[in-house]
Amino acid sequence: MIKVRNISKSFASNQALQDVTFQIQKGQFVTLLGVNGAGKTTLTRILATLTRPTKGTAQIAGHWIDKEPIAVRRQIGVMSHFSFLYGDLSAEENLHFYGKMYAVQNLQQRIDELLQQVNLQTRRYELVQTFSRGMQQRLSLARAIIHRPNILLLDEPFAGLDVNAHKMLNDLLHNFIAHDSTVLLTTHDIDYAVKNSHRLIIIKDGRVIADEPTASITTNHIKNLLADKAK
Amino acid sequence: MTGLKQILTIVQKDLILEMRSKEIIVSMLVFSLIVVAVFNFIFDPGSEQIRTTAPGILWIAIIFASNLGLSRSFAREHENAHMQGILLCPVDRSLLYIAKVIGNIIFITIVEIISLPVMVVLFDLDLHGVLPLLLLVLFLGTLGFAGVGTLFSTISANTKSREVMLPILLFPVTIPIILAASKSTSYLLAGRDISQIWSWMRILIIFDVIFLVVCFLLYEYVLEE
Repeated sequence: MIKVRNISKSFASNQALQDVTFQIQKGQFVTLLGVNGAGKTTLTRILATLTRPTKGTAQIAGHWIDKEPIAVRRQIGVMSHFSFLYGDLSAEENLHFYGKMYAVQNLQQRIDELLQQVNLQTRRYELVQTFSRGMQQRLSLARAIIHRPNILLLDEPFAGLDVNAHKMLNDLLHNFIAHDSTVLLTTHDIDYAVKNSHRLIIIKDGRVIADEPTASITTNHIKNLLADKAK
Repeated sequence: MTGLKQILTIVQKDLILEMRSKEIIVSMLVFSLIVVAVFNFIFDPGSEQIRTTAPGILWIAIIFASNLGLSRSFAREHENAHMQGILLCPVDRSLLYIAKVIGNIIFITIVEIISLPVMVVLFDLDLHGVLPLLLLVLFLGTLGFAGVGTLFSTISANTKSREVMLPILLFPVTIPIILAASKSTSYLLAGRDISQIWSWMRILIIFDVIFLVVCFLLYEYVLEE
C-alpha cells in the first residue's frame, strides 16, 4: 500500500531524512517513532505530497508521489496537530468545503454520518472557533476521512489533548482502522505506539534505525535504542 | 468540470469567511476612503489641478488598499495551516491560483465600487460618456494587480515580515500595470482622443496577459518550501 524508496530530504545544510526505505501492507497500523526533529513530520509531509524529496520517491496505493500527486491525495487522509479547520466556519460548513474539494458523492448524507460518528451532530451549526481542542481534533478526523481514503497519515494527532479527548479520538481511529484501512502514525509516545500498532519504525536523525513488528519489541528496548543512538 | 467546481468552492469559502470577519474589506475600504479624503482637503474640488491629479489619487487609493487586502487574505490561510488543508485536497495548484485571483478581484472591486462614487462627488468629476471605458480600465488594472499580487502575497505569507515584504516585492514589478492604468484613466478624464487612450490600454492588456500567464505557471513552485 505504501512503498518508500530511498527517500532523502535536505533543507540547506540540514539533512532531515537520509535514505529512508520501508513498505507498509494494506490494513497495517504502523507507527513512526522518534524524538523531536528526527524527521517524522518531514516524511509524513513528503508522503502527503506537501513537500518534494531531495532524492528517492514513494508509491501510495499504486501512485507515485512525484508523478501523480493528485491521485495520491485522493487515496490519503491526513491529520496532524493542526486541524486545518476554519474557525469562522461551522462544523458542517468546514466538512462541506472539504467534501466539495474532494467531489464527494451524496455529500450531505456523508456529512450527517461523520458528524454522528464523531459525536458533533448537535454542534454542527456552531463555529469551529467555539470548539474545544478535543472537539476540533474529532472534527479534523471527520475532515480527513470525508472522501473515504484507503490510507490515513497521522502526524501527532493527539498533541495537546486531555485524557478523555485522547481516548475518544483513539476509539474513533480504531473504528476507522477496523474497516481495513492502512495507517501511518507519527508520535514520540512509546507506550501508545507499542499498545496500538502492528509495527514500529524507529527513526533517528533522519535514518531508520529499527523496523520491527510490535510483538517482537519491548518498551525498554525501544527506549534503549533511542538512548543509544542519542549518545 | 471538477476543476471549475473546486475554483468556485474556494472562492465561495473566501467570500463566506470575509462576510463573517469583514477584516479585509473594511481595512481596504477605510484606507482607500482616507486617501481620497486627505487629497480632497489638499485640492479644491472641481479645479483643474484636481482633474489632472484625480487618476493618480484613484490608483494610489486602489493599489495601497489592495496591498492591505492581499497581505491579509493569505495571512488568513496560513493561520492554523489552512493552506496545507487545501493543498492536501486533489486540486491542481494552478486552479488554486485562479481561485485566489478571483477572490482578490472581488474584494478589490467592492472597494472600487464604493470609493469611485465618493471620489466623483468629493472631487466633482464629470464621468459623462467615459464611465464604461473607465470601468474597463479599472477592471484591467485590478486584474493585473490582483494577478501579480496573488503570487507575491503567497510568497510573502511564508516570510516573517510579510506586511513589509509584499509591497517591496509587488510594487516594482507592477509598475507597467500602474503606469498604463493611471495613464489610461488620466487620458479618459481629460477627454483625450480614443486612439491615445487605446495605446495605453493596449499596454495594460499586454502586461495583464504576460503577468497572468507567468504567475499561473509559477504558482505551483512558490507553494513549495
